Amino acid sequence: MNIKNKIKITVNGKQMQIIPKFTLKSLITKLKMPLNKIAIELNKKIIDKNRISKIRLKKGDKIEIVHFIGGG
Amino acid sequence: MIDKKFKIANKIFKSRLIVGTGKYKSFSECAKAIKTSGADIVTVAVRRVNISNKNKARLMDYVDPKKITYLPNTAGCFTAEDAIRTLRLAREIGGWKLVKLEVLGDKRNLFPEMIETLRSTELLTKEGFKVMVYCNDDPLMAKRLENAGAVAIMPLAAPIGSGLGIQNKVNIKIIRKQTKLPLIIDAGIGQASDASIAMELGCDGVLINTAIAKAKKPIQMAEAMKLAVISGRKSYLSGRINPNLFGSASTTNKGII
Repeated sequence: MNIKNKIKITVNGKQMQIIPKFTLKSLITKLKMPLNKIAIELNKKIIDKNRISKIRLKKGDKIEIVHFIGGG
Repeated sequence: MIDKKFKIANKIFKSRLIVGTGKYKSFSECAKAIKTSGADIVTVAVRRVNISNKNKARLMDYVDPKKITYLPNTAGCFTAEDAIRTLRLAREIGGWKLVKLEVLGDKRNLFPEMIETLRSTELLTKEGFKVMVYCNDDPLMAKRLENAGAVAIMPLAAPIGSGLGIQNKVNIKIIRKQTKLPLIIDAGIGQASDASIAMELGCDGVLINTAIAKAKKPIQMAEAMKLAVISGRKSYLSGRINPNLFGSASTTNKGII
């Protein structure tokens, strides 16, 4: 795939390049994130984890992937 | 006085000690401290996953949420909107509805911003969350939180992580008198005796993080806190003697030689 065809998205504040029509599920798989231990926000909206295979990412999308860490 | 079960939002918990999971040297030390403390609720925070280090250990790998109740917090939130966003995400991770609300107003003293805290309590309760609220030790504000639907009132003993112990016993006693909700001291505990004092004031529980995690021997301190909470509760239920300015001999003078 020519790099010119790639689109830029932001994941947890970091820029990433993906191929067009890349789904949210492909992104989570690529990042090796265990679905049962995370929550996902796409452009500040919480995403139902059962629907991620149907969501195609677009240029400029901002994704937040969170999990639990130690806290008081 | 007969002991009542420790019940929050209709769920009974065995231990009256809730512990935090922050500031430990490692997840394994944290897990050991939790086990030793006997706590069945632990607070946790919601943060970004590190996407550049995919193999980094996760809290959930060490502390099983099926065995221990996770209490997601809103640490670091300064507005109602931040807090609600954080807790919605926490709910999405695994369906948690019992949450700890903490809306701060000052980065240095970490005191709660009570106007935003009250607003968040109302909004979160409407959304179906069961909100345990970190708050200041003001009885009037505690009443307003109760009216807004809070499931537990959690006043500070002193600033978060300060270890100063209970600074305003009178206010804690007044809040105890006015509310039937679980009253849990959250923040400011420094040593085991502070936890006992909280329980002797009639609190239903104590939430401790730094005093255990940053002790020189965290696992041993976890045990000390466990015993202190049990001891303080028993002391409260036993009904203390009236304090007296003068002495009262323990040995009778009858039969003295």
